[in-house]
Amino acid sequence: MSPRPLFADVSSRLAARSHWHPLEVAFWLAAIATIYALPSRHLILTEIAILGLFALSLDLILGYAGIVSLGHAAFFGFGAYAAGLLAKHGLVTEPLLALIASGLAAMVLGFATSFLVLRGSDLTRIMVTLGVAVVLREIANRYAGLTGGADGLQGVEITPLFGLFRFDIFGHTAYCYALGVLLVLFLVARRIVHSSFGLSLLAIKGNPLRAAAVGIPVNARLVAIYTIAAGYAGVAGALLTQTTAFASLSVFDFDRSADLLLVLVIGGAGYLYGGLIGAIVFKLMQDYLSSLTPQYWPFWIGLLLVALVLVGRERMTSWTRPIRALAARLDWRDARGRAAIPAEGR
Amino acid sequence: MALVLETVGLEKRFGGLVATNDVSLKVEKGSRHALIGPNGAGKTTLINLLTGVLRPTAGRILLDSRDITALKANARVKLGLTRTFQINQLFADLTPLETVSLAVAERLGAGADWWRPPGRRPQLVEEVAEILESFRLADVMNARTSVLPYGKQRLLEIAVAVASRPRVLLLDEPAAGVPEEERHAILDIVAALPQDVTVLLIEHDMDLVFRFAQRISVLVNGALFVEGTPEAIARDPRVKEVYLGEAAHA
Amino acid sequence: MLTILFDGIAYGMLLFVLACGLAVTLGLMNFVNLAHGAFAMAGGYCCVILVNRWGVPFLAALPLAFLFSAALGLILERTLYVHVYRKSHLDQVLFTIGLVFMSVAAVDYTMGSSQTFVRLPPWLEGQFNVGGVGVGRYRLLIIVICGLLTLALQLTLARTRFGSRLRAAVDDARVARGLGINVGSVFALTFAFGSGLAGLGGALGAEILGLDPIFPLKYMIYFLIVVTVGGTSSITGPFLASLLLGIGDVAGKYYVPSLGAFVIYTIMIAVLILRPQGLFVRGGAR
Repeated sequence: MSPRPLFADVSSRLAARSHWHPLEVAFWLAAIATIYALPSRHLILTEIAILGLFALSLDLILGYAGIVSLGHAAFFGFGAYAAGLLAKHGLVTEPLLALIASGLAAMVLGFATSFLVLRGSDLTRIMVTLGVAVVLREIANRYAGLTGGADGLQGVEITPLFGLFRFDIFGHTAYCYALGVLLVLFLVARRIVHSSFGLSLLAIKGNPLRAAAVGIPVNARLVAIYTIAAGYAGVAGALLTQTTAFASLSVFDFDRSADLLLVLVIGGAGYLYGGLIGAIVFKLMQDYLSSLTPQYWPFWIGLLLVALVLVGRERMTSWTRPIRALAARLDWRDARGRAAIPAEGR
Repeated sequence: MALVLETVGLEKRFGGLVATNDVSLKVEKGSRHALIGPNGAGKTTLINLLTGVLRPTAGRILLDSRDITALKANARVKLGLTRTFQINQLFADLTPLETVSLAVAERLGAGADWWRPPGRRPQLVEEVAEILESFRLADVMNARTSVLPYGKQRLLEIAVAVASRPRVLLLDEPAAGVPEEERHAILDIVAALPQDVTVLLIEHDMDLVFRFAQRISVLVNGALFVEGTPEAIARDPRVKEVYLGEAAHA
Repeated sequence: MLTILFDGIAYGMLLFVLACGLAVTLGLMNFVNLAHGAFAMAGGYCCVILVNRWGVPFLAALPLAFLFSAALGLILERTLYVHVYRKSHLDQVLFTIGLVFMSVAAVDYTMGSSQTFVRLPPWLEGQFNVGGVGVGRYRLLIIVICGLLTLALQLTLARTRFGSRLRAAVDDARVARGLGINVGSVFALTFAFGSGLAGLGGALGAEILGLDPIFPLKYMIYFLIVVTVGGTSSITGPFLASLLLGIGDVAGKYYVPSLGAFVIYTIMIAVLILRPQGLFVRGGAR
């Protein structure tokens, strides 16, 4: 093979990683269509969008960098309270600006705690992330004068978006807002994971020893993605506050971090859509189960988790594989793993 | 006779065990230097110390007269010191194309770019294509590393180390475990490495060592036993004695 | 001040009895059992039923709570846990969280969601007066029982054959199997015993700790702190860590009430930063 065709081949293969599959386009078209097609369901759709963004943030660190976090709610809650306080005290009245500010605040927290997850084993990371979330909850509880304590943050008023769109009780504005934020942040995340940086994360996740031996500054990259993911989680939390005009200690609950893991596991980690698909499935399931047994639905969630692990996560989430295989076949340019290995002995 | 890599009194202790014992190794620029010794002599430990995977308990490491003892592993790669692993350390879920792209991206300083995909840089693509070509990996470049035959994986292991355009390349038993039919590919590639790259080779295969090396250091029980030209080492009775009990290669 | 110390020691030793099963499980099987608190809760509620509803004397109810939780642990270990040992830590976390959710909901359904208290026998109420220091009878009992248990544990590990088999299996399971030690039954018995201890701790400490359906969630972090700070390769590590945390928590809440709860969390985070393997790890252990 002479160099020029190989050059073209390499170039196109590297570029193919970031091409849009038709299914992706279909997904987002369908999502935008729900604005008009399902106006009565906008409230739950908003919740799904927020949960999806939250799950996306976890996917960035779990699916792409291999960091197991049991306290991701820390950043969600931090962003939630930041947005609430900004609105309540009239510091930043434009919701979008407050959203950005809350996300940045969560990023700062993420950066500050990132060094805690660099060292140690999976167990240490679980412990530390759990600890950070618990500490934050305690702080929020303790400084009830600021946060409203167990009663939650009262008197949060969200001014109309761009001064034009009032947050109505049917959730129309809320949904368009949340979906818009989700889409924009998703596009950015997509850019990130398909970049050289994103590739280096996969390397770190797969073999950190080798990654360092290739020249990748492992710790610096992990800090970077952890910070970004914290920002995403913070934005999700801020969205929750802004769309419900309320923030309570439950944003820091362990349940939230645990449910989030389940959401990501249902959809599958490591391809960005897992969190979104998982959010849809989880919320619908929760809605259904709550209507059956309002108080005891955590039992069924627990049962699902146990079953999921016993059956094997791979087999459980293999229901998404046909979808992914279909996507691969539709797009001839991305024949991942289907390259024929020539027989040895040439 | 410039020294490109040098250790001064390098020592590594694990509790009471001295794995590396006062090693003062001198590697000349451009040379083909082999490091041999019986199993358990501490050869891989020495490589781990040189590359920053392990921290020495005493001593210094100098790269081009620059003290790199305190530098982290990835910083040493940036300064031009890379290695291969005795047991393949590859990215099971990535393809050879992606793996080599990683190494080249880091070398070009593009590794932290979070906006542009690697394929958008012509220089990167050029280098990646070149490496895949010369390491005979072009035909399997899109297969996941975990499904590649062992010989190809070994080639990839070396390709990744070379992709960083090192000044000093540490090869830890490059032909280990490779079936007979595929060994010549590895040997050819090692022999074809550019002259400005200094190579420190650990090997058990004496055939390869004597064909390749200009200078040989023998490591026994973590200490430098004897050093010299291949002819001198081959004739040295002490070296033969140290290898008694080892299966003799031709 | 001595009363604080005394209360702290009682709390600490209670934490130790509760958490040592987790430490051994983690060190032995490298298994992250976040559901450990559920066994403690089981023992606590068992004791509540025995004492409050069936009139069993408190001291008699304690070993029964132990047996109940131990049996529960043995059954779950042989049927469910054994399939999850080889899975990734993430899977273990998901699995045990699932168990926690199920146990919390189940207890909520059967026992109600408000806090329940054990009706302590009258001879446990009140204090002794020892040299001007108020020594609560109940807390004294806790210290005595937990102290005896700790001694018994240490002796068992050090002096008996089961103890040596256990220590061997903790050090290196593969080699232990190679020596003919039935690692599987060692695991099962140890898990059962650890769960039983947790149940005993739950029963004994229900008054101090507060027994309600969310007990496993509330105390999960405490157990994890004990295990992380104390390491998993000895008994003394978690023991000292528990004491440290118990005293720290009680003293912190008394002297610096606004920050009291943070004391232990800060200790944990500080320890994890400085020594990711724990404070009291034996050199050379895995």
